Amino acid sequence: MRTNDVMLQTATKVVTFIILMFAVHIFFAGHYTPGGGFVGGLLTASAIVLLMLAFDIPTIKKILPINYVVLTAVGLLIAIATASASIIFDVPFFTHAYDYFDLPLFGETSLHSALLFDIGVYLVVVGVTMTIIQTIGEDE
Amino acid sequence: MSLVFLIFIPILAALFIPLLFKRLGQIHTGWFVLLVPAALFLYYATRLPSVMEGGTYVSELSWIPSLDIAFVAYLDGLSLLFTLLITGIGALVVLYSIFYLDKHREQLHNFYVYLLIFMSAMLGVVQSDHLITLYLFWELTSISSFLLIAYWYTRDRSRFGALKSMMITVFGGLMMLGGFVLLSIMGGTYSIRELIAQAPELAQHDFFIWALVLVLLGAFTKSAQFPFYIWLPDAMEAPTPVSAYLHSATMVKAGIYLVARLTPVFALSEVWMWLVAGVGLFTMVWASFFALKQKDLKGILAFSTVSQLGLIMSLLGVAAAAYHVEGAADSYLKYAAFAAIFHLINHATFKGSLFMIAGIVDHETGTRDIRKLGGLMSLMPVSFTVALIGSLSMAGLPPFNGFLSKEMFLTAMLSLQEFNMFSMDVWWVLFPIIAWIGSVFTFIYSLYFVFHTFAGKHQPEELPKQAHEAPIGMLISPVLLAALVVLIFFIPNLIGDWLVKPAVAAIQPFLYDSPQNVDIHVSAWHGFNTELFMTLGIFAIGGLMFWTLRKWQHLYDLYPDAISLNRLYDEMMLLSDGGANRFSRIYMTGFIRSYLVYMFSFMTFIVLLTLFLNEAFQIDFSNLAPIGVYEIVILLALVGATLTILGAKSRLTAIIALGAVGYSVALLFVIFRAPDLALTQLVIETISVALFLLAFYHLPQISRKEERMKFRFGNALVALGVGVTMTLVALSAHSQKALPSISEFYKETVYSEAGGGNIVNVILVDYRGFDTLFEIAVLGIAGIGIITMIRLRLTKKEGQHENK
Repeated sequence: MRTNDVMLQTATKVVTFIILMFAVHIFFAGHYTPGGGFVGGLLTASAIVLLMLAFDIPTIKKILPINYVVLTAVGLLIAIATASASIIFDVPFFTHAYDYFDLPLFGETSLHSALLFDIGVYLVVVGVTMTIIQTIGEDE
Repeated sequence: MSLVFLIFIPILAALFIPLLFKRLGQIHTGWFVLLVPAALFLYYATRLPSVMEGGTYVSELSWIPSLDIAFVAYLDGLSLLFTLLITGIGALVVLYSIFYLDKHREQLHNFYVYLLIFMSAMLGVVQSDHLITLYLFWELTSISSFLLIAYWYTRDRSRFGALKSMMITVFGGLMMLGGFVLLSIMGGTYSIRELIAQAPELAQHDFFIWALVLVLLGAFTKSAQFPFYIWLPDAMEAPTPVSAYLHSATMVKAGIYLVARLTPVFALSEVWMWLVAGVGLFTMVWASFFALKQKDLKGILAFSTVSQLGLIMSLLGVAAAAYHVEGAADSYLKYAAFAAIFHLINHATFKGSLFMIAGIVDHETGTRDIRKLGGLMSLMPVSFTVALIGSLSMAGLPPFNGFLSKEMFLTAMLSLQEFNMFSMDVWWVLFPIIAWIGSVFTFIYSLYFVFHTFAGKHQPEELPKQAHEAPIGMLISPVLLAALVVLIFFIPNLIGDWLVKPAVAAIQPFLYDSPQNVDIHVSAWHGFNTELFMTLGIFAIGGLMFWTLRKWQHLYDLYPDAISLNRLYDEMMLLSDGGANRFSRIYMTGFIRSYLVYMFSFMTFIVLLTLFLNEAFQIDFSNLAPIGVYEIVILLALVGATLTILGAKSRLTAIIALGAVGYSVALLFVIFRAPDLALTQLVIETISVALFLLAFYHLPQISRKEERMKFRFGNALVALGVGVTMTLVALSAHSQKALPSISEFYKETVYSEAGGGNIVNVILVDYRGFDTLFEIAVLGIAGIGIITMIRLRLTKKEGQHENK
């Protein structure tokens, strides 16, 4: 049962990128303004879900050949590694570090180890959401 | 190098095993493994001279300082003896396994990894001075033993035996942990040495007897004492090197070690003495009696091991009696501890060699069934010689080391007559008599083992393989051990001075200041005394009974299987398994809706009860913000959408209405200036509606005709309860503040300490990062769970079952 979804597909091609850009923005803005890894991850997932709704799962799997289970595992590993890295510096587990750097192009930028942890959260959220949706969606 | 690190060397070496196996598969992995115990043995042997003088070594590695938990390696006579046994026998067993396990067919990487883990664990058990880490290593030996027994995991019997051994030893281990905790509460320390120092005060404590019994449960299960020995015969499903190593020479002696180590703490109690001596002696006679019932070579050896462990255990019980007698160092009671340690060494040598011979027979003939074997003497002359030496030593014949320790065992049992403190004028007689009966049966099964395998008529048609002598490499280890068996007979006092006396001094520190003070001289001939006549009696009666064995062995078949301990174990497992299943089925319906009802009911009940008990119902309407038009409109939409769900005829309507509820809540967040929450809520709502639509296809039909859900009073009650509870909690929480709000703290520190601006996100990644870490872990688990449920689902139609 295929319906005529040219409009949806055309819109999706544009909207997806807008959502993805917004997700990246939200993710990096998280430490100072609303956003963060969790929302960022969900937005990314919603962009992919939109693609899947507009096209179909096999097509999207071809375009984005990502194993979401692996993605989840990588995210978890990053999160745990960030949390345990502090042990090497002889400070308690999960102690974050941050400082301000003068980077070219960005100017004075705050770099925070919490960002690394947030990347882990982001990847896990994308991974798990997509795992669930893809698994249920494929099961006929 | 620090002693405490040495414990971990085998487990670190285990990390490289898979690599060596995969990359250098042409060389048998065992050759690399052999280096570890051999090197450790040599290193520990260099500590002998100073330990012999009574020296000790302590080395500490802090683990969890806040809980006062540390790895403490303490090396004294007793620890060193066990350490040398573990590494020495370990090296021989690894050498033997190189020829026993084929490098092409066997999964050597698994085998050696488990074996090395076990080695570390066992070293940890005998060297730990800290009770909690001792327990940790103790359980690790149970787990590695489980893995090794189940090494051939495709066999049903292997898995059964592995599970049985783990069930029983881990049960004992947990009991022991309880005992340890009680000890640490009484003494205020986890250190065994400090506990020994305050033993007299501990004996007065109310918990003392509980700690004693619990610790003994741990020791008895591990050392396969009656009635817990039933796991050991089933553990014989393990590859023979494992049986020789874990289930005869080392792991089963962990219980002996524990009893010896804690003797100074508990020996002041008569209960300890009677329990250890009584259970040990009963185990000895019981297992030696039933050893003759066995048809499997390794089965005979398993029962014989149980019996010998009982013997050593009973000697330790008698050794504890020395604490109750004035001038015990001058009486015959002093022999007990010496005999225990001496026999422990001897047992490791002769039983190790016998197990290896059983493995060789199995390997070269293809069967271990003693009824099919026989007449192998001429075909396997070297194996026969080794088996003969080992068996005769076990039987207690000269000129083998077993004779010496068996004589001392009888001496120690007879010495109980000097112990008339508890007016046991009559009862002491029982001990030597039982010991004598046990020894007679030991004599018979030793001969049974060797002669029914190697003598008699050869039956080549019964054997799966053509029998021939084993390769030379496989014979090295048993021949070495057999040589030791003979050697020790001729130099018992050298062994006594180097190994036994330092250990005895550690068991009876109140008796001896240093190993030199242990005034015991071993001699093969000590005149015509009671022990000698008892020994001669054993030879005569035992010999006679062995001669007529075929006539009365079938009497064992009269013993009904229905009342055996194994049957009891099976019934208990069935009962707990089936019972737990039946109990779960009462409430586990498989429907999420039922579970939600349970969860919500309990939550309502608990929260309301807490509110009530703490008198926390308070409603204060002052200090409220005005309600605006927007809020009223959104709330009306919210309520309307909720009611729509309840009244919806089709599921699609319900899902859309549910989405509306979510978006309304998101709007409320916007109004209350919580952009983070609003954002997340919006995205979550979008995705979950999409998910619902995806899952829509799979949901069960509520009913044929699309009609409204029936009104269910119970569900309505639960729903109402949850609503009321949440409202009450919200109102009460608003009306009173027991503690100042934490938000002030966040506001102050978010920039200065955490270097961020958005409190919500900083809470997520920093303040409460632990929560987030665990949440994403749970998310990951949920993802895996969904995959297993959906993608790996075993369709019911095909009727497939995992085990079929």
